[in-house]
Amino acid sequence: MSDLSLSSLLILFLGGAGYFIARLRAAQLSGGDSRALTALPAQHGLFVGLNALLPGFGAILLLLIVERMAVEWSGPSFLDRPWIIGGVGIAAAVVGLVTGLLRQSRSFRARIAAEGWISVLLIAASVVAILTTLGIVMSMLFETRAFFQSYDWRDFFFSSTWSPNFRGGSDLGILPLLWGTIYISLIALVFSVPIGLFAAIYLSEYASKNLRSVAKPAIELLAGIPTIVYGLFALVTVGPALRDYFAQPLGWGDSASSVMTAGLVMGIMLIPFVSSLSDDIINAVPQAMRDGSLGLGATKSETIRQVVIPAALPGIVGAVLLAASRAIGETMIVVLGAGAAARLSLNPFEAMTTVTVKIVSQLTGDTDFNSPETLVAFALGLTLFVMTLGLNILALYIVRKYREQYE
Amino acid sequence: MTAKSSLLVQDKRTAQRNAAERRFIWYGKAAIAVSLAALVLLLVSIFGNGLSSYRQTFLTLTVELPEAKLDKSGVRDPAVMSKVTTIGYAPLLTNALIAKMEELGIEKTLSDKDLADIISKEAPATLRNIVLADPSLIGGTITLPVLASGRIDGFFKGRVSMESAALDNNTSPEALVIAQQLSDAGVLTTRFNWGFLTAPDASDQRPEAAGLGVAILGSLYMMIVVLALALPIAVAASIYLEEFAPKNRWTDLIEVNIANLAAVPSIVYGILGLAIFINFGHLNQSSPLVGGLVLSLMTLPRIIIPARAALKSVPPSIRDAALGVGASKMQSVFHHVLPLAAPGILTGVIIGLAQALGETAPLLLIGMVAFVRDYPAAFPDSSHIFGDPATALPVQVYNWTQRADPAFVERASGAIIALLIFLMAMNLVAILLRRRFERRW
Repeated sequence: MSDLSLSSLLILFLGGAGYFIARLRAAQLSGGDSRALTALPAQHGLFVGLNALLPGFGAILLLLIVERMAVEWSGPSFLDRPWIIGGVGIAAAVVGLVTGLLRQSRSFRARIAAEGWISVLLIAASVVAILTTLGIVMSMLFETRAFFQSYDWRDFFFSSTWSPNFRGGSDLGILPLLWGTIYISLIALVFSVPIGLFAAIYLSEYASKNLRSVAKPAIELLAGIPTIVYGLFALVTVGPALRDYFAQPLGWGDSASSVMTAGLVMGIMLIPFVSSLSDDIINAVPQAMRDGSLGLGATKSETIRQVVIPAALPGIVGAVLLAASRAIGETMIVVLGAGAAARLSLNPFEAMTTVTVKIVSQLTGDTDFNSPETLVAFALGLTLFVMTLGLNILALYIVRKYREQYE
Repeated sequence: MTAKSSLLVQDKRTAQRNAAERRFIWYGKAAIAVSLAALVLLLVSIFGNGLSSYRQTFLTLTVELPEAKLDKSGVRDPAVMSKVTTIGYAPLLTNALIAKMEELGIEKTLSDKDLADIISKEAPATLRNIVLADPSLIGGTITLPVLASGRIDGFFKGRVSMESAALDNNTSPEALVIAQQLSDAGVLTTRFNWGFLTAPDASDQRPEAAGLGVAILGSLYMMIVVLALALPIAVAASIYLEEFAPKNRWTDLIEVNIANLAAVPSIVYGILGLAIFINFGHLNQSSPLVGGLVLSLMTLPRIIIPARAALKSVPPSIRDAALGVGASKMQSVFHHVLPLAAPGILTGVIIGLAQALGETAPLLLIGMVAFVRDYPAAFPDSSHIFGDPATALPVQVYNWTQRADPAFVERASGAIIALLIFLMAMNLVAILLRRRFERRW
């Protein structure tokens, strides 16, 4: 690696040198009168500098990826030496520097040329987003395929037992995990959607300016709190309280980590999410519709229930779907609040587990990347990704479509 | 039904409707009350559990350092002296405690071994480091504050009581009585605990010594990586999408893609990091570089969205004016639009960074839960930049919740307080920036 940092420094130096040399040359070419040049000397410098830097670093990045791929598929190759990669990078930079300098002349349109390189950079940055998605899908697809080669997919999707055993012979059925995920998310939504919705309605339609200026930021504060904090809250406060005051007296169980614990705390986390989304949507309903309803003699609450909410309904449904996707993908609250036992049960005071919890537990610690017990995490991840992606796309589609109606 | 009704008397149906109105308002108030109560409860729970971790119980002891035990060779060479392990230093501290108790006239109701449990298991290591750093101390005595054990510390913080001590293998009611007497004599004091913010993590048996030093350093390194990668890439991407991109299917795809990436569960980024950066890229597991890369990818869409909004809010007249005096499109963007959008972009960046700082799940998957005692170097000799194993603040919280000793719950809550203070500072900066530079056109 140290070879690479040395060559990177050298490329940086070449780029800087290119900038200054090209600037001076441009000044020389102009013969003291910069009006004789088509482009300013600084533009000449910028072009030659970029012409050296970008091919240099681009070559290094490309070769590093090619080298890793080569090792992955056909074993160590001749590229597996940092000085070769660094050397090629430096060579590319030198070539860029020289060709850049050769292109200089009085009529050279350096600004257009330099901006060409800058657009390349801008486009490359936008492509990172696509590459990320591609990386997510590819990495999980490959490992999932490996998993299904050693484990029957029917057992994965339709078996109701989850008992991984690192010595082999494990049952890896996703159903209990899915059930836990859905159960917890459902409790979280049942708790957060009415509260978030009513909070948003009250704040936007009824609250005085003073109350709004205090309550709105306070609720939004809940959104800025990291999920690990909610997790600890579930573990230390909510879990034991639910166990001592509800589960044990009612004889429903004596576990502090339960579906209810995780669901309630996740509900708290989702309140600001639901309320700020519905706030936007309720505010987007045109005032004329409210005025019309009030003018016909409806009370304020009747206006809200019979005019505003129906008009905002698609947006609210979208918000709920986004909240559901958040709940399904949430990790730390369930890791600390829901427990690790995979079971199919209806009792909300029992410990259950979710897809995300099992991804964490199968991939932390010493793992062997060839056993189905580890690879199953990628299949779980892919399932999770597909589920949340579906919810997100549906929600975004609904929200967008709705927004167009009133704009 | 009576034929006449009066405006002054509500009929039954109006009364019903008004009651429904009042109920509706009441629901709204209840919803606000529940959310605020949840916030208060959360903060009270965390601060109530965690504030005490910033104070720690110390014993001030005068320790004799006999040459016969610590440096038999007499050459005062740290390399030779380091053969004496912490086991050799522990009795010195116990003896110092016994001497102190005799001096104060405190009755010795415990065996030497049980008395030693009053002192932290970390204390001999502290003493050893002091001696190895300055061998000339040997033969004399030094007075130094050493950590009291977690149970004694818990006693003064109200976590351990006489009843719980009676059931505990690691302490006893007698030890607590002695500790109380030592405290009355001023030997045992509770004061602000800098070690909590600077010391590395400690093992299961010594919660009193556990600190956040490595975690804070690891989080700092990751934030540097995120800032260095996510900021330029996000700004460049939003400039391209907002200012240059033609409206076609490709850019539409990129836009939908970014909106989706912002909503992908964070744990999925952890899987990505594990598969791409560690298994494929062969970067070091648990290194802040991999953590920073994963968090950068995760933060990217979350910065692009506000950055695009900031660029969009700059009025087109600014661009037109620049183009009108002969600037190229690129110049109009970089010289005029970008500086005007900078405060908005920066606010988005800070909020994105704050989210990244609090993120835990992806870091668990790339191995940052490891137990790390050594401070990570930024440029380690033997591996890539930011390649030393480290932990991060939120992961340290998770790590401590998995330990058996309840003293670690206090530590975890304390770590969250530190995390929340960092987050609050970042958000405050974002709010101030917005107030100071926000422009309405």
